[in-house]
Amino acid sequence: MIEIQNVHKSFGQLEVLKGIDLVVQKGEVVTVIGGSGSGKSTLLTCINGLEPINSGKILVDGTEVHAKSTNLNKLRRKIGIVFQQWNAFPHLTVLENVTLAPRKVLGMAKAEAEAIAERQLMHVGLGDKLLAYPSRLSGGQQQRMAIARALAMAPDYMLFDEVTSALDPQLVGEVLETLKMLAEEGMTMICVTHEMAFARDVSKRVAYFHQGVMAEIGAPEQIFGDPQHPETRKFLASVR
Amino acid sequence: MFDYTFQWNQVLVRLPKMLDGALVTMEVAVLSMLIGITLAIILTILRLSGSRPLKAVATGWIEIARNTPALFQIYMAHFGVASFGIHFSPFVSLLIGITFNNAGYLAENFRGALKAIPDTQARAGRSLGMSQIQAFGYIILPQMLRISFLPMTNQMVWAILMTSLGVTVGMNSDLYGVTQDLNALTFRTFELFAIAGVIFYVITKFITLSARIIASRLFRY
Ligand SMILES: Nc1ncnc2c1ncn2[C@@H]1O[C@H](COP(=O)(O)OP(=O)(O)O)[C@@H](O)[C@H]1O
Ligand SMILES: [Mg+2]
Repeated sequence: MIEIQNVHKSFGQLEVLKGIDLVVQKGEVVTVIGGSGSGKSTLLTCINGLEPINSGKILVDGTEVHAKSTNLNKLRRKIGIVFQQWNAFPHLTVLENVTLAPRKVLGMAKAEAEAIAERQLMHVGLGDKLLAYPSRLSGGQQQRMAIARALAMAPDYMLFDEVTSALDPQLVGEVLETLKMLAEEGMTMICVTHEMAFARDVSKRVAYFHQGVMAEIGAPEQIFGDPQHPETRKFLASVR
Repeated sequence: MFDYTFQWNQVLVRLPKMLDGALVTMEVAVLSMLIGITLAIILTILRLSGSRPLKAVATGWIEIARNTPALFQIYMAHFGVASFGIHFSPFVSLLIGITFNNAGYLAENFRGALKAIPDTQARAGRSLGMSQIQAFGYIILPQMLRISFLPMTNQMVWAILMTSLGVTVGMNSDLYGVTQDLNALTFRTFELFAIAGVIFYVITKFITLSARIIASRLFRY
């Protein structure tokens, strides 16, 4: 379970998160929508401790992410994250990209890590690219590789930050299919996305962010069918 | 006006001696590069560290290495430290001087290479649970060394050429030192130094070409 309690976060003078409260249960898929600069990415990087927070609390399975005593390297093993920018390690093959962390962080033997990596790469449809270097992959393939890389750590939670935003339109589908598949398998996910159809189909709840505030959260039918907050209505009208 | 008679035979019989010197020259250059690269990586890490004094040490080293003559650096490593009662052999002084120079130049190259690697690379590594050191070692460092490969090759060539400065601290076993001693013996100045020049040229060409081959094998991405 991820518990976000009254989280405030500023970059210098700019308050980016203004008291966020959100609980994500095991097995739940929550999508986060909202305009650019509303704090969606920042929230995700706060959840895995890449960014500090100013006040409030984030608990992952009861462990306080920003407590001094928390071993972040250890905590991050159970929180996978995939970013908007493709982050393939260019000097490593697809297989090595995926085995690196299991081997170096978890201390797994090479053969074991490779078996897991191959399984994850097949799963995302890259079984025939194991020995390719990322520069040979399309953007969609790089994102699927990044997903496999995160999954190889056997995380309990996955965070996705607009993973299709930097892709050519014809490549968006294959990545969304991969996310859908994960959701159906019961992965706990927080997905920041601009893909409204995806949000409607896959998520249990949709959160709308506006200027650092979670203006509204609810079931997809409610958010898309009967939005309560005027800003939600405005936003949805603009993306339709 | 031009009555110098070339006497190549006198010089060619001494070629084996010069080739022995060339081996010493390469030994100094290779050692100075291996240690220099290691030190440059350390200087790079010091520069990235939050600590001011450590940063100052690294910056000072790099500034001196890049803005003073290599001759000065080698001289200091021999006669300079001798003033404090520290006595190194000419070989060690030459090695220290060139290594100091290599480390400074390479650290500056590494800094440029780091700028070409997006922050998101380290971030991706940290997100997978890697420590800062692991992310640097497994993700940043290999990319940095790849980007710096050509400058490292150039520095290796420089290291070969800088060995000729060893004569100023009494070095006489390297190619230049051997040549100078032979010159004192035979006075075949032009022939000796022409051959030394050719040997230097062959060594540096060999380095540049083999570096190109190594790069094509090593960097397939
Ligand atoms: N590292 C940073 N330093 C300073 N400002 C930042 C930084 N990251 C994000 N911001 C600012 O915080 C605000 C929220 O950013 P972000 O969380 O990326 O929004 P979103 O993902 O919803 O588009 C923006 O105004 C952005 O400019
Ligand atoms: Mg964003």
